[in-house]
Amino acid sequence: MSNNVERHLLAESGLDLDSLNKALGQIHHHDNDYADLYFQSSQHESWVLEDGIIKEGSYNIERGVGVRAISGEKTGFAYSDDISEESLIKACHAARSIAPDGGKVQISGFQAQPYQSRYDNDNPLLGMADAEKIALLKSADAYIRQQEPGISQVVVSLSGVYEQILVAATDGTLATDIRPLVRLNCSVLLEQGDRRERGSAGAGGRHTYSFFSSDDDGRPYYEKLADEALHMARVNMQAVASPAGTMPVVLGNGWPGVLLHEAVGHGLEGDFNRKGASTFSGRIGERVAAKGVTVVDDGTLSGRRGSLSVDDEGTPSQHNVLIEDGILKGYMQDKMNARLMGVAPTGNGRRESFAHLPMPRMTNTYMLAGKYDPSEIIATIDKGIYAPNFAGGQVDITSGKFVFSSAEAYLIENGKITAPVKGATLIGNGPEVMQKISMIGNDLALDKGVGVCGKDGQSVPVGVGQPTLKIDELTVGGTA
Amino acid sequence: MQIEQQIAEIQNIVDDVLKMALSKGATQAEASMSKVQGIAVSSRMREVENVEFTNDGGLGISVYVGKHKGSASTADLSPQALALTVEKAVDIARYTSEDPCTGLADKELIATEFPDLDLYHPESLDTEKAIQIAIEAESAALEFDPRIVNTDGASYNANLGMRVYGNTHGINAGYPSSRYSLSCMVIGAEGEDMQRDYAYTVSRRANELRPAHEIGQEAARETVSRLGARKLKTANIPVLLHKDIASGLFGHYVGAISGGSLYRRSSFLLDKLGQQIFPEWLTIEERPHLKQGLASSNFDHEGVATHDRTIVENGLLATYLYTTYSARKLNTKSTGHAGGIHNWLVGDTGDSDQAMLNKLGTGLLVTELMGQGVNGVTGDYSRGAAGFWVENGVIQYPVHEVTIAGNLLDMFANIQAVGANRDTRGSIQTGSVLLDNMRIAGS
Repeated sequence: MSNNVERHLLAESGLDLDSLNKALGQIHHHDNDYADLYFQSSQHESWVLEDGIIKEGSYNIERGVGVRAISGEKTGFAYSDDISEESLIKACHAARSIAPDGGKVQISGFQAQPYQSRYDNDNPLLGMADAEKIALLKSADAYIRQQEPGISQVVVSLSGVYEQILVAATDGTLATDIRPLVRLNCSVLLEQGDRRERGSAGAGGRHTYSFFSSDDDGRPYYEKLADEALHMARVNMQAVASPAGTMPVVLGNGWPGVLLHEAVGHGLEGDFNRKGASTFSGRIGERVAAKGVTVVDDGTLSGRRGSLSVDDEGTPSQHNVLIEDGILKGYMQDKMNARLMGVAPTGNGRRESFAHLPMPRMTNTYMLAGKYDPSEIIATIDKGIYAPNFAGGQVDITSGKFVFSSAEAYLIENGKITAPVKGATLIGNGPEVMQKISMIGNDLALDKGVGVCGKDGQSVPVGVGQPTLKIDELTVGGTA
Repeated sequence: MQIEQQIAEIQNIVDDVLKMALSKGATQAEASMSKVQGIAVSSRMREVENVEFTNDGGLGISVYVGKHKGSASTADLSPQALALTVEKAVDIARYTSEDPCTGLADKELIATEFPDLDLYHPESLDTEKAIQIAIEAESAALEFDPRIVNTDGASYNANLGMRVYGNTHGINAGYPSSRYSLSCMVIGAEGEDMQRDYAYTVSRRANELRPAHEIGQEAARETVSRLGARKLKTANIPVLLHKDIASGLFGHYVGAISGGSLYRRSSFLLDKLGQQIFPEWLTIEERPHLKQGLASSNFDHEGVATHDRTIVENGLLATYLYTTYSARKLNTKSTGHAGGIHNWLVGDTGDSDQAMLNKLGTGLLVTELMGQGVNGVTGDYSRGAAGFWVENGVIQYPVHEVTIAGNLLDMFANIQAVGANRDTRGSIQTGSVLLDNMRIAGS
């Protein structure tokens, strides 16, 4: 595999490992501690069905190289969308200027370390004929219209990415990876009288498109997504105003794990903690969550959206325990922040593309299962909210304040789930809310593969997951 | 090379690409190409942190084979990549369905006049000077107050670029633009409480950025003012949206009156053209040709000429915003809004900052909104908020960890006043906005 990626990213542009050595050598004319070259090419396509017809198709190609030089806490960075010896050397000259002339570090030879691949290498764009991709969208549309003949709007979209990367660094790192990523989305709009409500559902991962058509207990996966989107729209059609105030909240399993992503995930990224900017800074070994709460970030899960065989600095991805039984165990690190904090990199060095600098980022972040049956958890609540589905969230890592917005929610009254309520934003403080988790379900699930995480203007695919959880007190931003 | 020459070269590429599309079987085609070069420099603790040399470009093409559309784009501008991109677009058009509404913009709407909007003010991209400016802002913040204990740094960005658009109706036009910005974010602490805030300035001209020390001091002042924040009790109270965040409210209005939301029937402002949405005194004007405007342009992303337009007149929904496609879906004409809006000026009630606080009386001044809790289909609104508790027009203490909720239709109708002091840093220029009676959720 690595030979193919090397051929594609280097040989086709007249480069080889010697040219990379030469380029890194240019950087070491200056007094830098570390430098890396990141070659990337990606193909992206998307197909959109709307109003029963294939309305849009698009195809995008990107290719380039990013050059980074690090000196202490300083970073110089330049990139080019032209992969050639000339542009590479030019980028190296720009990046190295972060440190003064007069280098001392010698580069040893490259050593490609073996690592385990976490997904197949097949190109999803080529793995299915275009006519079949269209047939898949049409089948999903036909299925939805059969379930709900009077439906107002149906939008189904399919997208796929095929990406190849190569990292070479002055510490001898040489790594390549091939990363497929696919996604299917269904969005529906129902109308009843004056009222209109939307429902949507999506799924994906590092697979080929056959993932969506393959039988999963006897039914194509797209039918399940379609059912989910219709369910959300039907539920919201009946929804009444959500209550406002502080109350017990039960979060469903799977995608509501966006709670962890916002409430603790970002705050445990190494850069914020090195700088002392996070509410979790300097708290390793302290209790930051209730007993029983164990949170991990795991890039090694097979075929998951947030998974990586190696990160964008060539570090193999890992299963990292962030919080164990409520005690803070460690942060997520890239190479630079790991070095400055005196710990090992954790395989969390990620970047949106060659034109962006790597940072510590999450992969798949989830909480391990507890012992309670979800119905037992609901039964303990007299008046509260049950929220099984969410839209996005946001966090201020310094104050710890986070929000996330429900897309489907219900009242809990006298131990039972009753009326659906409108979407509402939930707000809390990460470390406080994590201490208020009083019951953990036995039903751990990961999300279906739709997460996009934004940080400093860079987007990367991520996964989240959790079992059903009870939070004793959370502020619910309703209108009632 | 002079910028005019560079634009002419890109216009030649766009021309070639369009010809290539026609030769491959397209009946119509359009292409846009951009190139931006810049520097992004940041400091932390008065030392350089990152120096980035940015260099972004790309070409996007849409082809129409009869009424079938295909699109492709590339960030690789080599001749081979451009040829492949055109082929891919034509290839995709073989698979998309026949769509009677698809195609280039109507020929008579295409821009023919290209006055200079004064968007291009080049400065040499000097990293040393940029570093100095960032450090000056950060130093001013760190020296402002002993409670400023840490920093997220300051950054200075400079970008010089150009955009060219052409289509087979005959337009092939380009213009250069520049953009400079400086921002600073610092961290304050008092006891267990840690808070951060930021300030920024942006301009087409480097020498019209606000002074670095002012940006640093403002970031520090706002950070310190948040220390010791409390929650509020759940209640219904008036809310004053600070001018720095008030444009978001009108941003939701943009989404709701956009043709794409309308033909998809996904807007709470469906079938409301000409109806009273805002109070009678409120007017919103669009001015696409403001000199040095951050959202100024002679034509939209489909080459359609932009014009001055009244968006809201005496509170009435005066126009929807259409692209060529959404207009055809709804049997009307494009309003030149492919790619977004162009400099909205929200009318005010002439109130100073203090007059706005006096009108709020007792309630919540919101300086930060968090999360995406806005449903464009129903108008339901629920977002996280932080700010200050105000009594009788006087700020009392900082507030955090609350939500404000309502429905956008009610919120628009219940705007009590708009401040005269405008935030001019975005495509929507508005003063602070006073809303009557929002639901606050807290403890």
